[in-house]
Amino acid sequence: MRAFQTLIGRDLRLAVRVGGEAMTLVLFFIMVAVIVPFAIGPDRPQLMRLAPGIVWIAAFLSMLLGLDRLFRSDDEDGSLLLLRHSVLPLEAVVAAKVIAHWLVTAVPLLLATPVLALLLSMSWAQWVGTVLALLAGTPALTSFGALGAAVTVGLRRGGLIAPVLILPLAIPVMIFGVGMLDPLAGSGALLFLVALSLLVTVFSPFAAALALRAAGE
Amino acid sequence: MSASPTFAQARLRVRGLTVRRGERLLFADLAFELAPGEVLLLRGSNGTGKSTLLLTLAGVVRAEGGSVEITGPDELPQMHLLNYQHGIKARLTAAENLGFWRRMYGETGVSVAEALQAVGIGGLAGLEAGYLSSGQVRRLSLARLLVSYRPLWLLDEPSAALDRDGEALLGRLIDAHREAGGMAVIATHHALPLANGGGITTLVLGDSP
Amino acid sequence: MTVDTVKQPNWFSRLAHPGYFLTWTRYLVLPLAIATILAFAIGLWFALFNSPEDYQMGDMVRVMYIHVPNAWLSQLVYGTMAVSALGTLVWRHPLADVANKAAAPLGAAFTALALYTGALWGRPTWGTFWEWDGRMTSTLVLLLIYLGIVALWRAFDDQLKAGRIVAIVTLVGALNIPVIKFSVDWWNTLHQPASVFTAEGPRMPPSILTPLLVMMLAFTLLFGLLMLVRMRTEILRRRADTLSRQAALAGGAK
Repeated sequence: MRAFQTLIGRDLRLAVRVGGEAMTLVLFFIMVAVIVPFAIGPDRPQLMRLAPGIVWIAAFLSMLLGLDRLFRSDDEDGSLLLLRHSVLPLEAVVAAKVIAHWLVTAVPLLLATPVLALLLSMSWAQWVGTVLALLAGTPALTSFGALGAAVTVGLRRGGLIAPVLILPLAIPVMIFGVGMLDPLAGSGALLFLVALSLLVTVFSPFAAALALRAAGE
Repeated sequence: MSASPTFAQARLRVRGLTVRRGERLLFADLAFELAPGEVLLLRGSNGTGKSTLLLTLAGVVRAEGGSVEITGPDELPQMHLLNYQHGIKARLTAAENLGFWRRMYGETGVSVAEALQAVGIGGLAGLEAGYLSSGQVRRLSLARLLVSYRPLWLLDEPSAALDRDGEALLGRLIDAHREAGGMAVIATHHALPLANGGGITTLVLGDSP
Repeated sequence: MTVDTVKQPNWFSRLAHPGYFLTWTRYLVLPLAIATILAFAIGLWFALFNSPEDYQMGDMVRVMYIHVPNAWLSQLVYGTMAVSALGTLVWRHPLADVANKAAAPLGAAFTALALYTGALWGRPTWGTFWEWDGRMTSTLVLLLIYLGIVALWRAFDDQLKAGRIVAIVTLVGALNIPVIKFSVDWWNTLHQPASVFTAEGPRMPPSILTPLLVMMLAFTLLFGLLMLVRMRTEILRRRADTLSRQAALAGGAK
């Protein structure tokens, strides 16, 4: 357990020390929301209606943008190879890295949502709903991302192919995440989203570890 | 911290090991055995599979046939691997890097400060690893072998980037490891300054008759 | 007395050995091709000349005889790939990689055809080429998954490593497809409560069912034939690569 925390701690410390990464993601997240009114017009009621969807698209794209770094730097400097012989099984190593990655990519986005709420004239209820949906859905996105990153870790062009692989698989997250805010949907969507997130989060470290082992061979 | 444990029960047994890279057969039916205090030197020209053999012993590359059996005092992984990649983060200090691996590999060896002292970079503990020279990085990597006790060392060209002092240091570290009952498989082109205590065998790869 | 201790490989592993596979499938390609052509001839004759028009759609209903078999294959091919992925991961069988690699572009092509014929059919029925109908949308996502897998195969230089990694992605996709289907259906009912797609009922008169079944057989045979040819080609290509690498190594050793 101590090794597990150490690994999370190292990744967080590296993220802080290397810096800028979380900032860049947040910047990208906000920029996507900023360009939407230019694309569809500054009509406030329309923006308000589309706001949850826009936030989800922005979050989706930001998470995809960041996932490549999940294993790549550790693979390049040999840490990943050495971590295979640590006291933790590789599955736990992946899980720790996924948690750290979620903390440095998803949490800053959550903190930045008020800016988007303001820009897209969201109502209070809409904002609360969106934050809840992101809180429930981003673990699934990060876990799918871990799978994509693990599968492409040995590829130099991996940064391009991982999002293309992951995006179709992650569509249900988007559907339930946005669907949650639909007045017709009821509470079913949140339940589905939480169930999906739990399943994917539990399952993906095993699949990702399998892929990392295959890539190392 | 307990006194340095002994590896009296540790063994490495390799039987009938056959490894293929792609469809190329690197070696077939390789068998050897190491007991505490014994060292196996791997020699052979480039491309004969020295690094691959080390990775196979580490369980990273899957063998087509045969078995590798590493027994040690407990159920945890029993080997250290040292190759050209060091797993060192440029933005963490030398001590932070070493402390990380100490926790990940089990805190069974000497302390971080002692290990850095032992490899001769005790004064650089607080320096970010990105500012270390490649020889110093290699020394930091060697310190990783000291902070967690593991009976089997798998070393791939350990003297690369080391100066004359560094090579002597490497020899001393390996000797001390043997003394404590440890084992090592070392792929190297250089003659390592090891003490003559017997128990050193050489395996030449790639010269199949 | 001597005891034969060499384990005899069972019939399956003998049939599935790449070299042996090449031998026995050589005699299979031509009969399979003939059967495919025959099935298409019969099926198309039924479909075009010997089945009733729809009282609403007229002759357009005949697109169904192409559309439904392709939709069926879009699922069958993924099933094949999932089984071969298990073969790669669990039994590490060399032929399983080849099967997955051979099937992925075929699956993408059949799925694309299913979407294309669906759109052709949709135009007179719905008045639009594309409708975000649950079934169409899931099929579109399936096509994206196929294309992702094809792209992943092409991204790897080392095809042996690629086989295991693609197999993992294929299996994750197989687990995820029902979830996607469920979520898309859920999303669909949220946005348009009444389903547009009511053309096919479970009760079909034999005059429609016969040509449909024959066409499904024909397309399945076509898949089998293409799969076989692609697998043979892939095995031969890998052999050629091996030989050229061995030649290069021998040249280098001189």
